[in-house]
Amino acid sequence: MPNKTFFWFFLPTGLAMILFIGLPIISTGIQSFYAQHDQVVKEVKKCDPFGCTVSIVVDQEATSVLRDERPLGKFNGFGTYVDRNHLAIEQISEFWDETDTLGEFIDQVTNLPFYKALLFTLTYCLFVTPNVLLLGFIIALSLNAISRKIRGPLIFGTILPMIVTPLVGSLVLFWMIDAEGIIGANLQLMMEDPYLSLKSSRTLTWITIIIYGIWHHSPFAFVVFYAALQTVPQEPVEAAIIDGASRYQRIRHIVLPHIYPVVTFVALISLMDNFRVFEPIIGFSAEGSAQSLSWLIYDNLVNEEVILFGSAAATSMMTIIGIAILLAPVLIRTWKEFRTAR
Amino acid sequence: MKKILLTLLFILFGSTAYADGHCSKPSGSINILANDFPALRTFVETAKGCKGSADFKVTHSSEHNKIAVPALTANPSEFSARIAANSSIVPLMNQDLIRPMDDLVKKYGKGIQDSQLITIDGKVMAVAFMANTQHLYYREDVLKELGIPVPKTYEEVVAASEKIRASGKMQHPYAAAYKAGWNLAEEFVNMFIGHGGEFFKAGTAEPSINNAKGVATLNMLKKLASLSNPDYLTHDSEAIKVEWESGKVALMTLWASRSGTLLDDEGDAKITAATKLTGPATVGGGNIPAATLWWDGFTLAKNRSDSDAEASFIALAHAASNKKMVADAADQAVWLVEGFVPGPKSIGVIEAVKMGAKPYPMLPQMGLMHGALGSEIVEFLQGKESAEQALKDVEAAYISKAKEQGFL
Amino acid sequence: MEYGLDKRSNALKTFNTTFIIIWLLIACFPFIWTFWGSFKVRADFFSRADWWYAISAFNTLIETGGQFTLNAYSEAWTEGEFWKASRNTIIVTVFVVTISLFLGTLGAYALSRSTERYAFWILIAALIFRAMPHITLVSGYLFPFFELQIWGILPTTIVVLVAINQPFTLWLLYSFFKTVPKELDESALIDGCSYFQAFRYIIMPVMWPGVITAGLFSLMLAYNDFTVTALLLNQENHTMVPKIQSYLGTNQHEGNLMWAVSAVVSATAPLFMLVMFFQRQVISGLTTGAVKG
Repeated sequence: MPNKTFFWFFLPTGLAMILFIGLPIISTGIQSFYAQHDQVVKEVKKCDPFGCTVSIVVDQEATSVLRDERPLGKFNGFGTYVDRNHLAIEQISEFWDETDTLGEFIDQVTNLPFYKALLFTLTYCLFVTPNVLLLGFIIALSLNAISRKIRGPLIFGTILPMIVTPLVGSLVLFWMIDAEGIIGANLQLMMEDPYLSLKSSRTLTWITIIIYGIWHHSPFAFVVFYAALQTVPQEPVEAAIIDGASRYQRIRHIVLPHIYPVVTFVALISLMDNFRVFEPIIGFSAEGSAQSLSWLIYDNLVNEEVILFGSAAATSMMTIIGIAILLAPVLIRTWKEFRTAR
Repeated sequence: MKKILLTLLFILFGSTAYADGHCSKPSGSINILANDFPALRTFVETAKGCKGSADFKVTHSSEHNKIAVPALTANPSEFSARIAANSSIVPLMNQDLIRPMDDLVKKYGKGIQDSQLITIDGKVMAVAFMANTQHLYYREDVLKELGIPVPKTYEEVVAASEKIRASGKMQHPYAAAYKAGWNLAEEFVNMFIGHGGEFFKAGTAEPSINNAKGVATLNMLKKLASLSNPDYLTHDSEAIKVEWESGKVALMTLWASRSGTLLDDEGDAKITAATKLTGPATVGGGNIPAATLWWDGFTLAKNRSDSDAEASFIALAHAASNKKMVADAADQAVWLVEGFVPGPKSIGVIEAVKMGAKPYPMLPQMGLMHGALGSEIVEFLQGKESAEQALKDVEAAYISKAKEQGFL
Repeated sequence: MEYGLDKRSNALKTFNTTFIIIWLLIACFPFIWTFWGSFKVRADFFSRADWWYAISAFNTLIETGGQFTLNAYSEAWTEGEFWKASRNTIIVTVFVVTISLFLGTLGAYALSRSTERYAFWILIAALIFRAMPHITLVSGYLFPFFELQIWGILPTTIVVLVAINQPFTLWLLYSFFKTVPKELDESALIDGCSYFQAFRYIIMPVMWPGVITAGLFSLMLAYNDFTVTALLLNQENHTMVPKIQSYLGTNQHEGNLMWAVSAVVSATAPLFMLVMFFQRQVISGLTTGAVKG
């Protein structure tokens, strides 16, 4: 395709992406290198319906002078990136000197918010992604073998976990897994442990969120795999049957290689989505036991009265870098394919 | 202080003479940003009754906190008025986004009580119309049966809960919203203030919670947590309310604004009949309650024309001095408006005011402290670290945030 | 078309059927439970006393005199103004799906037909764009949108949702276009068609499967999004999800949980209709379509 034609075809979507994603990423990147100006405070008298106190407020006159001079704030370099709430370089080297054993050191490091969140995020990715791929593939294979007449409703049933609003999906589930809820109470009966509660321990909360993640994401893998399965050519399969290949061999040597590109695509997307895990933490009120990188960003932007843009921007940039590192192997493969395709 | 207290009590117990608020038919354009719950909807609806020829718009949103600062920063700003509380007014003050309204109060604020005015450095920045606090709820039948007097201090709450547990009636007799994050931090703030603690060194933004009072606060929280449902770190106000309705809890600390549904005729009649309210408890021998008082009030955007600000003030002041509204919606909130007759649901707030409870600190950097508390003290409650370590973590997390925001 | 299975093997067939039934139970159970519970009162469905209440309708009987009640639905739709939110959702969804597909097909077609190196880098950039957490993006929008006075209206939200969804749509459609043989449009070009004509008359007709799959995902995003809609719309324009969130109440104030439950069921119903209605297209679309990455 000539460059000029390419340009006109690509212009609308390119413009939309640059305006609404590209520029914001750049501005976020810039933001992450700045901190707020020093706030000049003064003591004043404050009265409300319950009485008067003397306490501090931000001195607007003094602060606005600073703000007008440099509207972006005070240049901070990598200050926000390395502070205690992010990479915590200083704290880690301190721990290294102070602690005697490696276990103790790791304990101390994972007590820092960023590493605590990273640990959960990676664990979640590690367990959810492969299981989503596997489960999605098996469901696609099984549904593909079911009579076509009833497949419609079955497909709808299968994709339900994906289409029910996550916000409320997890709210309802949150009540179902309560010690007194239908799932929680029956689990107690099954495990013969009347005090079992999925919400009280860290491990059980992690397991719950991971299972929810698999449940919620599998339909996505299913839809794409199912579509891909339809494209597997019939002849080699039939030939393989004649040659006496077992079912497993047929899947392993004919079906899988054929849909391999799609597997890459699903792996790419679900790895990315899982790295940004966030909704189940809110839905299951699991902030106490499980925090993810996206949750940290949310916390900085939403949970506090004072919005921490710099902090959120730094965590966002690191999320992007994290995802880029995770996806690197897949990207290199795509590059090779692209080159050979040329 | 005493005088204000008396004024407030006067308001609370004031007369019920019916009269419409003043309304001098404004014109211009009014657009209000507010949180989303019934009492605020009532309030805004009442304000709409006095919109005159003005264009009247409102956005009730659960995300109001997030929207407020960018919305009021723009010039002209999207909203002409914002309904805030003592915590959410702070970012608006920090960024200089709201205007003083002394002139408007003088001109149009006839029905507004002096005690409703929030003044900062002598200037009226907001007009309050509702109050709220957290206080104790107890099950009269259970306490009576076991011969336990109504607890006045948290030490008594612990003793009473232990007694109830020992009697075998309830396994987890105490409940409070200990959900990690904002709720848990709020419990810490209450308890720390009850111990007489100050979050910052006077006149500065330096934290000062890693001390004996902080440790005592954490230990008390842990003791109470051990008497609560083991899932306490996931329990918000809604969860503990349901816990209460299921009859598994005999003592609870909960918002006054949530008393409505506990005392209405839905649910188990026996539990409803035995549900009683009392003031907040004190702690550690202190004489002020371990609770914070909250108000909701309206503020006016700075980056909006004077005429829109005037129109908004007229409409909102009409609601903030509306005796009919507070009489009709007496169940929805503890109104600070003249003419409000406090019912049984308001006992907690009135008791708290009488006992001299402190308002939630209206400090520029308090939100950062609140945020740091919410996530850093969890591990202490889970038994993974010592109280001193937890407080050290809180201070460290706070200091990083405060540095980024330029407070330190 | 049974790749992994032999029609003759009964044991495998039974195993397969059992597996599907178990999976469907796991997949649908929470929703069936929600559906069932939406006809109860809050004290039954959200009970900490005993989950059996939700089945036996203990409190529903006391409060309404019947086993089932439609109160939650009628209140949410009228008093809760859920109809308004539904209307807005329909507008947003229809526009987002149409515009995303239009932009996406054009862009993805160009990418799949380009052999230049920049096409690869555009794909990588799109992937990086997708990695950005939505909440950060939206927080960045707020200041300029308020300044330009385009906050709160539906078109802004539609454009943002389209843009946010483009990387995914682009990647998915790119994979689909790759499977359409190049010879097809090349022969059309030789016959004197322009690129656009080839795209419109030759390629699009065989692309429906891909378009439907991509449409399904765009629809899901527009329908279920919370971050963008909650922060960029004013009350008049709130879509279903922020509306449902507003029923949940706040820390200090009680919400209407049953409204939220009935609203979720109401929100899922049209999707069911949609999938049923397009079932044929979806399946045949997925069947005849060729996905290859």
